[in-house]
Amino acid sequence: MIRECTSVRSEYGKTLVELGKENKNIVVLDADLSCSTQTKQFAKEFPERFFNVGIAEQDLMTTAAGLACTGKIPFVSTFAVFASGRAWEQVRNTICYSNLNVKIAATHGGITVGEDGASHQALEDVSLMRSIPNMTVIVPADAEETKQAIKFAAEHKGPVYIRIARSNLPNIFDANYKFNYKKANVIKEGTDVTLITNGETLVETIDCATILSDQGINAEIINVPVVKPIDSETIIKSAQKTNRVITIENHSIIGGLGSCVCEVLSENYPVKINRIGTNDEFGQSGTAKELMAHYGLNAEKLAEKITGLLK
Amino acid sequence: MINQISENEISQVIEVSKKLRRNILMMIHNSKSGHPGGSLSCIDILNVLFTKCMKHYPECEQNADYENRDRFILSKGHASAALYSILAHCGYLKEEELLTFRKFGSRLQGHPCSKLLKGVEISTGSLGQGLSIGCGMALGLKLDKKDSKVYVLMGDGETEEGSVWEAAMNASHHKLNNIIAFVDRNKLQIDGSTENVKSVGDIKSKFEAFGWNTIEIDGHNISEIYNAVNEAKKADKPVAIIANTIKGKGVSFMENNAGWHGKAPSDEELQLALNELK
Repeated sequence: MIRECTSVRSEYGKTLVELGKENKNIVVLDADLSCSTQTKQFAKEFPERFFNVGIAEQDLMTTAAGLACTGKIPFVSTFAVFASGRAWEQVRNTICYSNLNVKIAATHGGITVGEDGASHQALEDVSLMRSIPNMTVIVPADAEETKQAIKFAAEHKGPVYIRIARSNLPNIFDANYKFNYKKANVIKEGTDVTLITNGETLVETIDCATILSDQGINAEIINVPVVKPIDSETIIKSAQKTNRVITIENHSIIGGLGSCVCEVLSENYPVKINRIGTNDEFGQSGTAKELMAHYGLNAEKLAEKITGLLK
Repeated sequence: MINQISENEISQVIEVSKKLRRNILMMIHNSKSGHPGGSLSCIDILNVLFTKCMKHYPECEQNADYENRDRFILSKGHASAALYSILAHCGYLKEEELLTFRKFGSRLQGHPCSKLLKGVEISTGSLGQGLSIGCGMALGLKLDKKDSKVYVLMGDGETEEGSVWEAAMNASHHKLNNIIAFVDRNKLQIDGSTENVKSVGDIKSKFEAFGWNTIEIDGHNISEIYNAVNEAKKADKPVAIIANTIKGKGVSFMENNAGWHGKAPSDEELQLALNELK
């Protein structure tokens, strides 16, 4: 299926400008990556409310915390690997411990960072961020969902981490879509297996389900944009129906969405679960497409793997 | 000089400092844990700031001018006993509550928690973050065209944290003349002298190199602290006040002894200390 693609980063930048027009308390911070993260759109429109702290991610987080203390709503951007890794302790001890209203919109999450290689591919960010009390974690799947998640974050009181993909992503949702912080959404109903995913792997999972369907496997697909707090109800309900669950994510299988689903189901409705993502390993250079294939995350590889698992 | 503090006022401040020191020691003794050395080295600075320099409102939001208050950040959060003792003196909490310090269920956590106690502007305890938080507050206050000042108190050992210098660079870049940072230069850290552990060297020159104004004072001399703050308030740049202090100041057997960084006095030691602070 051919789908139109939109740059999620550009959509993020555009949404910030919209928010900035509506609310003068919105401020934006970046660490010398405003072209890559697209916060430059906001910087151009509202230079007095944009702060570039230079190449200093720790300073980025704690400066945002200070701004939040004065009633501002800071959106903070850098690459996911730095936002979640370099500045983790600032996020934990200053932003989350004091439950400050800081929104971390981290771009370049996952293996699809591509050519920059392992040093820049955040495969652990969801795991790192969701383990901190008070933090909300969102992994949107396309431009529309990103836009709505950013708008939600601006309204929500407290820290939010939003993972934004580097790639231009195929449009899955249109303006009729309603992002709901409390609800995961069933994208396709099915009876044989529940495929749980979010972010960039949602479109691959949808296409994978088409391949599976040709092989007589009727998969249910659940999109879980909000990893924390997770919508246990929708996940349990689907597991009760299919009794077989597979998670798919552009993230390490340690601590990410797959782990969340295991936590929910092992305590509520234990069924067999397989986690598909990157294994306990670093990424490497290559195009996003090559890497998705290599790590088994494109539709064809997913279908191959899932067929094997269901045998 | 118009803003000079009078001899009479100085005597009063010194008496208050003695009481604050006694409270610090009683709190740490009672909880059998805490950080006396660095609390005693910075308490004169906190005393002058809270009683003579800062615009602040212990009645908090009930005061219409609360949003225009000056902010204080204890970046060296382990000196929490010093912060709680001055907050109690100013009326943010009752002095009786001080003895709940570090106890289960207390608002007076081992390191300050802003969610629990008014007067604590931000939770601290992990070193190297306060200056950057202060810069964020200073930027926010400037955006709102408020003339409030942001005071940050750091330890000298704390300047070994690289994030301090990220913030220092940011403050001068944004010409944040509403931030005033104290460095409690007591020359000791947990493992010994700052110069033996990791030479922090000439902190004054380092801040100057980062584009700050600096003032060096005796951090136990009330009028020097007071005058430095008044001078810093007039600056067109961020100002670092390097306060030379004595770790454990006021208690002879604690002074200049790194061993008292994080140790509670025994019953006998407390009595000896309290006698010295009469």
